[in-house]
Amino acid sequence: MRDTAIVAFAQTDHVRHTDELSEVEMLMPVLHRVLDATGLKASDIGFTCSGSSDYLAGRAFSFTMALDGVGAYPPISESHVEMDGAWALYEAWVKIQTGQVDTALVYSYGKSSPGEVRDVLTRQLDPYYVGPLWPDSVALAALQARALIDAGDTDEAALAAIAHRSRAAAADNPHAQLRGPVPAGEYVVQPLRTGDCPPVGDGAAAVILAAGDTARALCPRPAWIRGIDHRIEAHSLGVRELTESPSTYLAATRAGVFERPVDTAELHAPFTSQEVVLRKALRLDDSVDVNPSGGALAANPVMAAGLIRLGEAAARIHRGESERALAHATSGPCLQQNLVAVLEGESAHVQ
Amino acid sequence: MPEALSAPLVVEFPFTRSLGPVQSAFLTGLRERTVLGVRTADGKILVPPVEYDPVTAEELRELTGVATTGTVTTWAWNPAPRPAQPLATPFAWVLVRLDGADTALLHALDAPGPEAVHTGMRVRIRWAAERTGAITDIACFEPYGGDGTGQCAPHDGEFADPVTGIVTPARLDYRYTPGRAQSAYLDALSGQRIVGERCPSCHKVYVPPRGACPTCGVATTEQVEVGPRGTVTTFCIVNIKAKNLDIEVPYVYAHIALDGADLALHARIGGIPYDQVRMGLRVEPVWTEGGRHPDHYRPTGEPDADYDAYKELL
Repeated sequence: MRDTAIVAFAQTDHVRHTDELSEVEMLMPVLHRVLDATGLKASDIGFTCSGSSDYLAGRAFSFTMALDGVGAYPPISESHVEMDGAWALYEAWVKIQTGQVDTALVYSYGKSSPGEVRDVLTRQLDPYYVGPLWPDSVALAALQARALIDAGDTDEAALAAIAHRSRAAAADNPHAQLRGPVPAGEYVVQPLRTGDCPPVGDGAAAVILAAGDTARALCPRPAWIRGIDHRIEAHSLGVRELTESPSTYLAATRAGVFERPVDTAELHAPFTSQEVVLRKALRLDDSVDVNPSGGALAANPVMAAGLIRLGEAAARIHRGESERALAHATSGPCLQQNLVAVLEGESAHVQ
Repeated sequence: MPEALSAPLVVEFPFTRSLGPVQSAFLTGLRERTVLGVRTADGKILVPPVEYDPVTAEELRELTGVATTGTVTTWAWNPAPRPAQPLATPFAWVLVRLDGADTALLHALDAPGPEAVHTGMRVRIRWAAERTGAITDIACFEPYGGDGTGQCAPHDGEFADPVTGIVTPARLDYRYTPGRAQSAYLDALSGQRIVGERCPSCHKVYVPPRGACPTCGVATTEQVEVGPRGTVTTFCIVNIKAKNLDIEVPYVYAHIALDGADLALHARIGGIPYDQVRMGLRVEPVWTEGGRHPDHYRPTGEPDADYDAYKELL
């Protein structure tokens, strides 16, 4: 495997509305920040990959407009996934593994404010048996939460504690949308209350990947990707055991999570109950600092929140606050698809 | 800077989807008030049935009937139903394992309140009065006092007049906001001015501005009024009348480089027979009363522009 690292990360402040900004206007500042951090020019980048969904803002081919912000003309080597940017990062990592390029720019953005994201996300569901019922994202998460409560894995008080811990951690995160105490609130879909749900908002993030000595030249302490893998569950909810996440466990195993303990985990759990499932699947105990950024409960720009988990984990390694961190991203209802990566600082690399 | 603009935007489309043999039998069965599952190689009955085994990916074709009664495996109380959801009054989302099935089906449960719902409760299907062969042929579930009988009778999945496709309408409502650069462009248009933006790096002027220079990847911010006159750089002759468009064919649609712009925009050419439009033709915008952008462009009567003057903009 070719040594590849996250060498720069930037994100916008995540806010409820960005009416004054188009997607590219929202995105450009973070693209410039990661380029400035590495001293690279857009023309130096070997491969560019983005993640977004046109359904969020109802704007067809918005990713082609967003490419203006990269400086994509004359044409660059570029790709796009209609997924969270974490999967764009995976594609870029594979591209670097092929040896064709040494650097990659990965970005993603989501503008949920123009639409109703709960309804928009129903359009990703099985169109034959599920989509016609329009079960919204909170409803599906609530079915999973109830299954966890029935199984004795958690209760409403424990879920509220996850919400509280996340927003308290986000007090130190200037980009977060919800910081500090947030009331548990009323039921949105019982058993989930407003406090158990992520804020709806707009935001963007960008990362630069680099291989080997290029990474060392670009970043004083690169966050090396020691392993990365993604796996998916059966698509029918009624076939799945909703209290478990075998796809997360498998991805984590293949990414090497269980070879040595991690000190930090950035989990993409938009709902409090999903953190319960992920902690079980990833065998995380209290020695691990989970979501020091506040996680998706503090800021959940759809399509960017997973990439931000990778970026936040990498940034802690860049700052010397972590030696070995786990980053996780999810996509689809009830943790349908899961990506797990292990990031390490240079010293941890020496056995 | 003008206030950011916004306008309602509706994205609406009917998806037409064909069905595989298992899906067709299941949805046709619902129309006939019959629920079918499919049997896997290890003897499990999947309801709703799928075409391929979710574990082994083996093709599944052996259908079987299951009961219209079942047990709730998990639930969530929805106090505020959203448009297009199965019930308009508060209801519970439920996963229901029908008697005879090994997996659960997602649907709605009509119940008076969350206190009346629990995991393990018995429910039965309430059929829709009008059924077409769709998951919505199940109107919802309702509480049911009886025991499970585990009814599981073989069924060949054959019905008269099987459903082979479904049409699923989808409508999403948005509030569109064009952002800073396009808002400024639209604001100037309302005063019958055409304003582009200049790249601070390569100095090209983009019309309409999208907020970023696609060559340099930086924000364009300096506003530059261009035109109103311009040059036809290239054009085509439209011979097919578009639906709901009140323009006689043939007509000419052209790329027009407005004076001062480094990017051609496109518009219709009028005021000249279609077969006399040519590259280099000098044109100007024609505004109509209350129009939010030029209705079309017409010849100015000036001599044609030299090819060298616009060849970079082709």
